[in-house]
Amino acid sequence: MSAMLELKNVSAGYGTFQALFDVTLSVNAGEAVAVIGPNGAGKTTLLRAISKLINVKSGDIAFEGRSLATVEPHRIIELGLSQVPEHRRLFPRLTVEENLRMGAYMEAARPKFAQRLEMVYALFPRMKERRHQMAGTMSGGEQQMCAIGRALMSGPKLLLLDEPSAGLAPVIVQSIFDLMRKIRAEGYTVMIVEQNVRQVLKVVDRAYLLEVGRIKASGSAAELLASDEIQKAYVGL
Amino acid sequence: MEIFDIFLLETVLNGVLFGGVLALLALGLNLIFGVIDVVWICYAELMMIGMYTVFYLTKTFGWNLFAAFAAAIVIVSVLGVLLHVLVIRPVLDSEPINQLLVTGGMLTFMQAAATLAFGIEFRNVGVSMPSLVLGEISLPWSRISAALTALVAMVLLWLFLKKTYLGTAIRAISQDRGIMPLVGVSPARIYLTTSAIGGALAGLGACLLVLQYDVHPAIGLSFGPLTFMVCVLGGLGNMLGGFIAAFIFAQLISIGGFYFHIEWGYVMAFAFFIVMMFVRPQGILGGKS
Repeated sequence: MSAMLELKNVSAGYGTFQALFDVTLSVNAGEAVAVIGPNGAGKTTLLRAISKLINVKSGDIAFEGRSLATVEPHRIIELGLSQVPEHRRLFPRLTVEENLRMGAYMEAARPKFAQRLEMVYALFPRMKERRHQMAGTMSGGEQQMCAIGRALMSGPKLLLLDEPSAGLAPVIVQSIFDLMRKIRAEGYTVMIVEQNVRQVLKVVDRAYLLEVGRIKASGSAAELLASDEIQKAYVGL
Repeated sequence: MEIFDIFLLETVLNGVLFGGVLALLALGLNLIFGVIDVVWICYAELMMIGMYTVFYLTKTFGWNLFAAFAAAIVIVSVLGVLLHVLVIRPVLDSEPINQLLVTGGMLTFMQAAATLAFGIEFRNVGVSMPSLVLGEISLPWSRISAALTALVAMVLLWLFLKKTYLGTAIRAISQDRGIMPLVGVSPARIYLTTSAIGGALAGLGACLLVLQYDVHPAIGLSFGPLTFMVCVLGGLGNMLGGFIAAFIFAQLISIGGFYFHIEWGYVMAFAFFIVMMFVRPQGILGGKS
């Protein structure tokens, strides 16, 4: 079976600085996969490369068997790849509903806007209450819900989440991981990049450990959670 | 005393009418700056081209006035797109000072080109409209219709920005340029569309001004600096701020002109602008950095 998302020997970076070295990984349809690792390991760079916000230097990224090399950045979402960026990056002076409308910007999503809006509001009832509020005035946790909702508005096949728990209060972090479970239960294929290793490994099926731009380990979530290396360095037990 | 008050009222009403047109001019400039982050210093020169378009189409080619208006809006809109593609796009990532220099250079270029092509004569489309007389007050219809048209255009633009996908993207892009591709928006395409809208607004401004003012190659200097100051006073890129500032400026000019002389009205408006730049350098409604 061929993977939904496949990275083969991907190297990427900014200018002369190389952030990713020979990264090979895959995500199968229906799976939840995490990429874990410390700050500065290249996790965000990895997602930026997949969404083509930066170009890869070598190697190839393929989605459903099709190379993304020649796809324009704003067309990535049309293929079914939707990203919740690091720090949420909502449009602060647009309302919640306008932010969600931006998520349905692509032509194919517009006829389904009303239907998906109801779906997002059903998933996050808080967003329905706040729909006329400026997104920038909400709490971090609410903004994360809105950012995830915005990414779902395009009806993605694969949802990419960049550090969904970063910068949030500890009590909120727990609720964010509950959200992740909810989204998995909806049947989305998910790839999560996370520093909160212990929590994320409870949510996903498989994980890759990324350190200084290289994949250092991979396996099922249970295997990684049990491994000494992960226990010592990341879980802190 | 009674008569005096009536004339002051007429002055204020004239100021309101002028403010409406000024608000429309500022709206185009603010829209461009808000979206593309570049100031079209030559904005009023685009209007000058639009005014000449109306003049020649009606006077030389005998077009119907409204057909000429439509043509002017389309032509200036296309010029706006060309300005973006040929002049702005190459310097999009350059220092702001370089961006000011190229659009400022375009101002000089367009003035010089207009002088060569059209001569320095003052031209008038020669459309005379009656005045609306209400008791002692008399307001020229050319001003009333210009202000009403400006108002309708602003409402339509507001609805467009508020209700459509494209309009929402235009408002969103200045808030976070970097993630636009993630939601499926190509910034390059938004810049083109915005340039076309900005050009069309300059074209519409030309149609409104050509009924009240003679056209000459330097007409842009009468409105360019004023429009720019209205935008800065309101908070550059802030459309609501520009709207409010336009009416403040127009009243200062109108009332100052009533008590002293029209030139003194401008002096008062500019003095107020300078003082405000010390008090609130970010503009009336500015605040975002």
